[in-house]
Amino acid sequence: MSTFRIVPVGDATMVVEFEERIDPAVNARAIAAAEALRAATIPGVRDVVPTYRSVAVYYDPLLTDYERLVWRLEDAIAAPAPAASIAHARIRVPVCYGGDFGPDLPEIARFADASEAEVIEIHISRIYRVFMLGFMPGFAYMGLVDSRIAVPRRETPRVRVPPGSVCVAGVQTSVHPVEAPSGWHLIGRTPVRPFDASRRDPFLMKPADEVQFYPIGRDEFDHLDRAQASR
Amino acid sequence: MPSVHVVKPGLLTTVQDRGRWGSQSLGVSVSGPMDSYSHRLANAIGGNDAGAATLEVTLSGPELEFDDTRTVAVTGAEFELTVDGRPVAMRSALDVSAGSLLRFGRRVRGARAYVAISGGITTPRALGSRSTHLPSSMGGLDGRALRAGDRLPLGEPLQSPRPVRRSQPVESSSTWTLPDGRATLRVLPGPQLDRFVRTAWDVLQSAPYVVANDSNRIGYRLVGPSLETPGKLDLISDATPLGVLQVPPSGQPILLMADCQTTGGYPKIAAVISADVSVAGQLGPGDTVRFVGCSTREALSALIAQERSLMAAARL
Repeated sequence: MSTFRIVPVGDATMVVEFEERIDPAVNARAIAAAEALRAATIPGVRDVVPTYRSVAVYYDPLLTDYERLVWRLEDAIAAPAPAASIAHARIRVPVCYGGDFGPDLPEIARFADASEAEVIEIHISRIYRVFMLGFMPGFAYMGLVDSRIAVPRRETPRVRVPPGSVCVAGVQTSVHPVEAPSGWHLIGRTPVRPFDASRRDPFLMKPADEVQFYPIGRDEFDHLDRAQASR
Repeated sequence: MPSVHVVKPGLLTTVQDRGRWGSQSLGVSVSGPMDSYSHRLANAIGGNDAGAATLEVTLSGPELEFDDTRTVAVTGAEFELTVDGRPVAMRSALDVSAGSLLRFGRRVRGARAYVAISGGITTPRALGSRSTHLPSSMGGLDGRALRAGDRLPLGEPLQSPRPVRRSQPVESSSTWTLPDGRATLRVLPGPQLDRFVRTAWDVLQSAPYVVANDSNRIGYRLVGPSLETPGKLDLISDATPLGVLQVPPSGQPILLMADCQTTGGYPKIAAVISADVSVAGQLGPGDTVRFVGCSTREALSALIAQERSLMAAARL
């Protein structure tokens, strides 16, 4: 079992840190710890937030104190994770790559010394893990992207990119839930919406889910996009 | 449905309750009031539950017209206020009736005021909260700041009227000091303090920082002594709580406020204590802030003192 340390962040948050690396096994440990902490329903805890390799626990310092919380945290983390937490979703995401939708595809092809078709092939060849969500509602940090196409983020971020933009930055990949600024490289667009407040479950991707991208043509994109808009 | 009519919106007026807790793991920011002490004090004086939604007013205030009889309380930044042209006091229970007009005049000091209306503002909840998060257009009134002509739905005032009506203002509390262009905020060491050069903790406390113009509900960009790290850090992003001082490569810290993102990758040198985050919420562009280290015991004592004064105000 991996080691961890608990560090305070101010007087109302503490962070449980596992090994300092981006690694599916370390991330799985953080997510399991977060689920154990939620299941323990510790009085005074406001929010439990797993990230790449840590779990932040937000608490009300008037309802619980640090030492007591450390004790409860150590207890919850040591306990085996409930079986239900093992099941996570596999999500398939259609992407129309390149062209207007993927203005950075040529640059990544140059970086990889490969054709655009080969870059697409590399991007769809892996099933990505959702390590965490952040930045905005429904924005999933997924990885690990093949190092051949892992271009560092842009020097100058774009002021806004459209919703559904599929992007890459280093070993991370994601789908933009809404129009927003972005320093990531755009390689395509999906008609799928990672966040939709009107959906029964507004969030498509959750921590530990697996995501598989697959290519579609422009006609199919337009068809799915219209179907999405009319829902 | 009873409502309040927005005649003039003010510079940036938003609906806020205690915040959208429980969805940060899905990338959803907490938002909520920048000065939670004043937000709660407004609800206490206005006779609401602590969870009721209020209006957060920024730098210049709105004009509000009422549909029915309500109790209203305004707290936080000091403004000149009138009801139907008559000057009224902040931090007191104001009676309004159908057609009454509450008008914000000149701002004296502080940046943000809170308007509690008995019954609370009852715009629809999004993910459990009425708080407006502007960057993601979530909560409040269609996820945006108020505009002229808006109508805000109001809830039923609480059944039991307060035993003693308070028309005298609640005294300004020593547990929360309204900044007059400058503030001192107490900080605890941050989780990545050891990633900075040895002197950084002292440098942080050595001189005041100025709140830059491009500061908002997401965070304050601060200009002052540079906080250095030895070489470029490559940290793995993790959670970014309210009140944290994160430092990008420029060395100039950013104080994360109510609408901040849920995660970030810059090192966190310090965290402002909960009691003083409410004071930080009263700072605006051009104001100066000084940081001073404290103990966790002092942080908790300060929070308990604020809680005591809020409970006392609710009982009055």
